[in-house]
Amino acid sequence: MSLIEKTATELLEQLESGGVTSVEVTSAFLDQIEAHDDQVGAYLRVDRDSALEQAAAIDEKRKSGESVGKLGGLPVSLKDLICTKGEITSCASKMLENFSPPYDATIVTKLQAADAVLLGKTNMDEFAMGSSTENSAFKLTHNPWNLGHIPGGSSGGAAACVAASMTPLSIGSDTGGSIRQPAGLCGVVGLKPTYGRVSRFGLVAFASSLDQLGPLAHTVEDTALLLEVIAGHDPMDSTSLNAEVPSYSEELKRPLEGLRIGVAKEHFEAGLDSEVEAAVREALEVYKSQGATIEEISLPHGKYAIATYYVIAPSEASSNLARYDSVHYGHRCNEQEMLAELKAEEEALKAAGDEQGLKNLDTALVRMYRKSRAEGFGDEVKRRIMLGTYATSAGYDHEYYLKALKVRRLIRNDYDEAFKNVDVIVGPVTTTPAVKIGENSDDPLAMYLEDLYTVSANLAGIAGVSIPCGFSSTNLPIGLQLQGAPLQETKLLQAAHLFQQQTDWHTRRPELS
Amino acid sequence: MSDQEYQLVIGLEVHVQLATNSKLFSRASTQFGAPPNTQTTPICIGMPGTLPVMNREAFRLSLITAVALNCNIPEYTKWDRKQYYYPDLPKGYQISQFDLPMSEHGHLDIAHPKGLFEPKKVGITRAHLEEDAGKSMHDEAAGKADSRIDLNRTGTPLLEIVSEPDMRSPEEARAYLDELKLLITYLGVSDCNMQEGNLRVDANVNLHIDTPDGKIATPIVEIKNMNSFRAVERAIAYEAKRQYQVWKETGRKIGEIAKVTRGWDDQAQITKAQREKEDSSDYRYFPDPDLVPIIVKPEEVEQVRAALGELPAAIRTRLQETYKLSAFDADVLVNQGRELVEYYEQVAQASGDGKRASNWISQSVLRTLNDREITIAEFPIDSVQLADLVKLVASGDLDNTRAKDVFAEMLADEISSEDAMKKLGIEKVDQSEIVAMCAELLAANPKVVDDVKGGNDKAVGALIGKAKQKNPNANPGEVRKICLELIAKM
Repeated sequence: MSLIEKTATELLEQLESGGVTSVEVTSAFLDQIEAHDDQVGAYLRVDRDSALEQAAAIDEKRKSGESVGKLGGLPVSLKDLICTKGEITSCASKMLENFSPPYDATIVTKLQAADAVLLGKTNMDEFAMGSSTENSAFKLTHNPWNLGHIPGGSSGGAAACVAASMTPLSIGSDTGGSIRQPAGLCGVVGLKPTYGRVSRFGLVAFASSLDQLGPLAHTVEDTALLLEVIAGHDPMDSTSLNAEVPSYSEELKRPLEGLRIGVAKEHFEAGLDSEVEAAVREALEVYKSQGATIEEISLPHGKYAIATYYVIAPSEASSNLARYDSVHYGHRCNEQEMLAELKAEEEALKAAGDEQGLKNLDTALVRMYRKSRAEGFGDEVKRRIMLGTYATSAGYDHEYYLKALKVRRLIRNDYDEAFKNVDVIVGPVTTTPAVKIGENSDDPLAMYLEDLYTVSANLAGIAGVSIPCGFSSTNLPIGLQLQGAPLQETKLLQAAHLFQQQTDWHTRRPELS
Repeated sequence: MSDQEYQLVIGLEVHVQLATNSKLFSRASTQFGAPPNTQTTPICIGMPGTLPVMNREAFRLSLITAVALNCNIPEYTKWDRKQYYYPDLPKGYQISQFDLPMSEHGHLDIAHPKGLFEPKKVGITRAHLEEDAGKSMHDEAAGKADSRIDLNRTGTPLLEIVSEPDMRSPEEARAYLDELKLLITYLGVSDCNMQEGNLRVDANVNLHIDTPDGKIATPIVEIKNMNSFRAVERAIAYEAKRQYQVWKETGRKIGEIAKVTRGWDDQAQITKAQREKEDSSDYRYFPDPDLVPIIVKPEEVEQVRAALGELPAAIRTRLQETYKLSAFDADVLVNQGRELVEYYEQVAQASGDGKRASNWISQSVLRTLNDREITIAEFPIDSVQLADLVKLVASGDLDNTRAKDVFAEMLADEISSEDAMKKLGIEKVDQSEIVAMCAELLAANPKVVDDVKGGNDKAVGALIGKAKQKNPNANPGEVRKICLELIAKM
């Protein structure tokens, strides 16, 4: 078995025992990227020299007997909305194409302190808005299991690079399913932690009350290891939770008894693909065989989740993205052209004697805002800015934004009620396996329904994980979603680990030619 | 202006910059006067991925002020984003408080020390905390169109204090501002320096007019750009006249046109219509998801209340009652701040003469502080020494004129009253010596004696100068008294 086919946990054992160096491990993954990322398109930027330098430094540390961090020289890739000091952090947007933040995200600091090797930045939907990574301003990412299909999104690059063995570990962000959905579609594990479990400082915001960073890997064990490193309170993030971080990877080793599983009847209604349903039902049988009890539960307000999400997320986004005004940083239109254009318009209006038109004509400043933002943002981002601006406008906010906040509370109440009786809620991640590239890209509504099963966890602020549970007849991965109560990641990971101990879906790798 | 024609109605919005070392949501310094854009951090200018964290000291200072303004402090308060585009607002929104401010429904008592208006309570609608924007400097030189942005001020904590429209004259508005500034200075919440923009005032002004068809109100005008309290008074007075004139010409009432903003032109002494900000009508306020709500327990509010100390209004009353000062005298002392009041009380108590102590301080001491541009803490004569001087005057051992000389000497050489008197050769004169001197003077000036006998007591004044020549230590009052007594016996 080559190095790149091993799990992070296996590699770590070898690194610690001296069987392999971080430089060797890192090189193996860099070689795989060089060999196959032209086809997959998972990465936006890879810095080979920097990665090898980091790896060599960690090897040196280990050699000299210094204590080495928990990730001990394992490569990790980062979604390109995580700020890395002095390095481009583009959010896959033309707006931030050349933006280098003068600061690191807290998660970057934590990864470095744990001796991770940062490989590079992964592709995503622009500003994390999308479910297919087709909204990247720079490139398409292909599903490693079938290059004609989407990898999911918005953390499509993160899921694809794990699936394609181009990193053992990756960090994505999940606002409505953006870690779990691509993980499901690419056949890897992806965890969205409880809101506030991982610091958001340095995560470029899409929707602040929903965004959460989380790990992607091949196994639950690897996921637990990475979560352990990135979780914890951060004084730089007022919304991060001040709660002890358990040793998730150790907790996994403890036997799980008397697992109570809830199955929401709403997860199996019309629209669910029959192969996906069959795979999920089979997974439930696996749990039953391990002594878990299965109980039918109801999440009655779940049917409003998509509507609620598409009011709240765009509202916050429209505000969060207001800072990209091209005044201080980011893309700016060509000023000379803009001024000439304005001048021509002014003259035309004068010639036509259009007084009202002249009065309404943009000032140079307003035109600069308009043109720069029109050029810098893609269609989906513009669509959401408009939706959000509308939903928060005077006279509409009570109808939309404020009402959505009330429904959000009801959705959380459903979960609180359910978790009184069950430990985890098990169901599908998506309605179907990965669709073809381009299939939904002109149909925003169909794209929004990709998040049907995942958005509720973000609205409720609870934890959720996606694990591989089968393949379609067309050999595309199918994911199983487990949701857990706030801060119950241990239970969630134990339940997910239990499944992986009984199945081998997670050991399969796509063949790349 | 005639009170019969209209009633002026004024509400004031005051922004006070809180005296914190760092900004409201970041650790950047708030120091005034640094080179442009040197006091910014990625956080205070809201760069991608950064998050605000509330400065607890700023909230504490706001709480103190709100409690001192008799506001109700809700247990739950939150942050909202006020959204608009402007180059000096780098996040595209200002973090402020919208529907659930940290305080509301307070009041501030105002009075005029000379009774120019009846004392009244001015309602405080609300006081809320928000961050300041940056500064735009527009180069208006011909042929140039450069605008420069300085973000040093971005994120500085401001407390916005909104009054009810309870004031009825420029004098009342001035009194409100003076009292508010005094209170805030006593609390140590801000230095209220208007030149540095640490206190800013906007006024909302309109008129209530009695017409044959009943009482009507004119459209509300917001006045901005007032750089001193005097400018506020003048702008309001100007605006009242202007609005009355406009009403006579147009008959326009409130609600018939949108609220107008006018800027005060201090050179021309007029208000001018300001160009409206584009699309400024809808700020799309919404709760800031990056910040957590603040819970203020009633016990915390009580702790703050207990620690407030004595506030200006209470000190005024106490000084009048304890030291028998007039309202005017108490006002003069209290307006100088807590330290001066403490100094006054030490002098009053040590000398046993509150009224004289007040006169000495409000005249001689304050003049010195002004001339030297120093505070009472830097004043060279300590309260014990000044009390000694006051005692000498009170007992008649030293007349006022000589006492002023002594004071000047104490100040110049930083010496005690005793040493100053020695230096000036002042010593207590024996009563019999003065009687003898007076008898001598009367004998030498029979005309004075005749004039006094003829009913003109003032004639004796001619002798006082002569007495002082003979003996500089003679007390003029005493000389006058003895002369009159001697004449009466003649």
